[in-house]
Amino acid sequence: MADLTSNFIGIKSPNPFWLASAPPTDKEYNVRRAFEAGWGGVVWKTLGEDGPPVVNVNGPRYGAIFGGDRRLIGLNNIELITDRPLQQNLREIKAVKRDYPDRAVVVSLMVPCEEEAWKTILPVVEETGADGIELNFGCPHGMAERGMGSAVGQVPEYIEMVTRWCKQTTRMPVIVQPTPNITDIRKPAEAAHRGGADAVSLINTINSIVSVDLDNFAPEPTIDGWGAHGGYCGPAVKPIALNMVAEIARNPETANLPISGIGGVTTWRDAAEFMALGAGNVQVCTAAMTYGFKVVQEMISGLSEYMDERGITSTAEIVGRAVPNVKDWQDLNLNYIAKAKIDQDKCIACGRCFAACEDTSHQAITMSDDRVFEVQNDECVACNLCVNVCPVEGCITMEAQAPGTIDERTGKVVSDKYENWTTHPNNPSGKMCNVMPDG
Amino acid sequence: MPNDMLAPGIQGGRLSPDAYARNFSDLHPPMDDHEALVAADRCYFCHDAPCMDACPTTIDIPLFIREISTGVPTAAAKTIFAQNIMGGMCARVCPTETLCEEVCVRETAEHEPVQIGRLQRYATDALMATGEHPFSRAADTGKRVAVVGAGPAGMSAAHRLAMHGHSVTVFDARPKPGGLNEYGIAAYKAPDGFAQAEVDWLMKIGGIEVKHDSPIGADMTLESLKAEFDAVFLAIGLRGVNALRAEGENLQNVEDAVDFIARLRQAEDLASVPVGRNVIVIGGGMTAVDAAVQSKLLGAEHVTMVYRREKACMGASEFEQELATSKGVQIIYAAAPVKVLGDTAVEAVEFAYTRDNNGTLELTEETFILPADQLFKAIGQRLDGAPDGLEIEGGKIRVNDSGQTSDPKVWAGGDCATGGDDLTVTAVAEGRDAAEDINAKLSAEG
Repeated sequence: MADLTSNFIGIKSPNPFWLASAPPTDKEYNVRRAFEAGWGGVVWKTLGEDGPPVVNVNGPRYGAIFGGDRRLIGLNNIELITDRPLQQNLREIKAVKRDYPDRAVVVSLMVPCEEEAWKTILPVVEETGADGIELNFGCPHGMAERGMGSAVGQVPEYIEMVTRWCKQTTRMPVIVQPTPNITDIRKPAEAAHRGGADAVSLINTINSIVSVDLDNFAPEPTIDGWGAHGGYCGPAVKPIALNMVAEIARNPETANLPISGIGGVTTWRDAAEFMALGAGNVQVCTAAMTYGFKVVQEMISGLSEYMDERGITSTAEIVGRAVPNVKDWQDLNLNYIAKAKIDQDKCIACGRCFAACEDTSHQAITMSDDRVFEVQNDECVACNLCVNVCPVEGCITMEAQAPGTIDERTGKVVSDKYENWTTHPNNPSGKMCNVMPDG
Repeated sequence: MPNDMLAPGIQGGRLSPDAYARNFSDLHPPMDDHEALVAADRCYFCHDAPCMDACPTTIDIPLFIREISTGVPTAAAKTIFAQNIMGGMCARVCPTETLCEEVCVRETAEHEPVQIGRLQRYATDALMATGEHPFSRAADTGKRVAVVGAGPAGMSAAHRLAMHGHSVTVFDARPKPGGLNEYGIAAYKAPDGFAQAEVDWLMKIGGIEVKHDSPIGADMTLESLKAEFDAVFLAIGLRGVNALRAEGENLQNVEDAVDFIARLRQAEDLASVPVGRNVIVIGGGMTAVDAAVQSKLLGAEHVTMVYRREKACMGASEFEQELATSKGVQIIYAAAPVKVLGDTAVEAVEFAYTRDNNGTLELTEETFILPADQLFKAIGQRLDGAPDGLEIEGGKIRVNDSGQTSDPKVWAGGDCATGGDDLTVTAVAEGRDAAEDINAKLSAEG
């Protein structure tokens, strides 16, 4: 079995799977169960400043959207930070860390955007023996209305300022969690970096209304007839999270800033994808909330098998391996030609590829009277929609055309030269518009 | 309990009341909401779906399943009823395993089709439970159409004609409407009086009058109907029953399976339906299976179905055969009766194995005798009592693609007419299509 041990900004854990700051890590009871199930670490649910704890609504806190078979694919919540007294949380963190010294215990924090508030809480957290802190500049609901959470995360200057306060006050590693509810994730990450953050963790949840009650005409979850936007997470947000992680990883200004990847990690494969795009480890919430803590065992065995099969000896070897291949659109090779190919032995003749291509795309799939579906290479632009709508995995594939062969759609010879939009004759601002793509 | 399985001869009350109730409850129980959503979720919403093509009434199956999956079974029901007004009964009795579900792409992919039949029942039950009828009748056209036979073909035609505003009078030989739905299918396929409930619901369209105990024949002839009505639709079924042509056929307790099935369906109390200890059913179609399985369910000790050809030729589907054997019916293939043995009543039947000699079935020397105190004949029905003057082809009333007979004022459909495969769903389709053609002709007349 592969060695899954992880060292993230000096915080060691037996595997790279941490539970994110969220309901599963709100108290000792849950965290102990999580560690017994095999989780490598936790980020304790966000603590607020000392005093009367926050209160939560007493109606539903979550809403969901579902895929096939009522599989939960998106979860929305309007829960706030921990609603338990600070001292109780601190006692429990200390007890858990004492009993599980090999596991990572990071504490998420959210206090008002005032230096005194941060300088007050940091020493008491440090006293628990926690391995680090995560600054919650992410939560988009409730606390943001009070000038915390995403209200801070949406102002890079505030991120930098608070990060600096924390770095000046504590010896603990500081992980900054920016909010995804912005237009360019690179700006908050750069600000965290300038403030001296040891790492960033993302994404926190995305502003959302998950559904509307059509009998009462109210957003869901509905509290006494009204609803408020909440934070969206789960498998549905993974693509957004992957992009944001990659944007930070390939940004020269933050290229060396460690990232803890969060956002819809449900399987070992999701975790490996985050890591390949630059995440040093991953944090999980919705998968655990949907299936219980045991899911980590599949993540451990799956990642281990994957690494063994490829001779990868440490998780660090995966981290960032896909980053060099993340490019801007204009860099993509326009001379690369692919065509859809249908494996007739696997085809079950549902015709969805045909409907998709015929109704909404390029009329590149034909259907015979006896329901044989065939790709017409002279029409196929390799858009991949047929692959995406086919219910049988591996039935339709995209096959690259070898250089030197003829692309039946254009009648041109497939070139082995790399040429992109920047040099394309149709580009009005092209740098080399006198060069023909086929040479 | 006065009797049991072992009581000799033909006896009623072989089972406890609980056992009767259990044995004759729904063969495919209705789905609850959760089951329906899970089952609906498996549909791929195929393009130009094979299931639709396989349905004789061309129900838009992917659409109605999608309507179920989005939580609107009543919309799904309207999709079904628009094509097949007896979608409720068809959901119960269709051999889906040889129709829509056989060609389901998930049968191809996983050998487990979407449960189209049960989903159809879920949807149609949901709408019928509201008591509402989803269609409204067009303004009265002043045209009158006679429908002979209140079975699936006749009622389907009557509904569609009434919808178009024609006034329909349905004549039926029996005291109740429904035809084979009421008299001819196994009780466990449509329990709780569904056949009558469906007719009552269908009649809510208005403009349909049903006259019972009114067979076509002596008093009411095709000529008199033609004189009184603007068009006639014949859906008289196959009233004749084929003979065994074996010695001893006239002994007591040798009966047509269709009569046994009808008697059972009409019984107020199943304990009052006597059944033999040793029952033999001769035949290989759905009627044979229905008779054999119900004999077993009534408490017969030994029930044997004997079919003269190989298994592959059997009319009953694989599912029906498995149903029979799972209930304890023994099926013997490639054997034909040569003599019914007994003094006054049947006591045993002598069979000879058969062989296929280049398409001709012949008896072999190999014979065997099975004890029997009840023998049911289920070797096919034939047209009986068809009005004179109509062209007959292959023992059925010849019709064109629109259901019109050789008489331009007369249409026919269901089992009595050419085409189709003697299924309820085919009869419904033929009734509907003939009604459309009649409507077109009557509308053109002005």
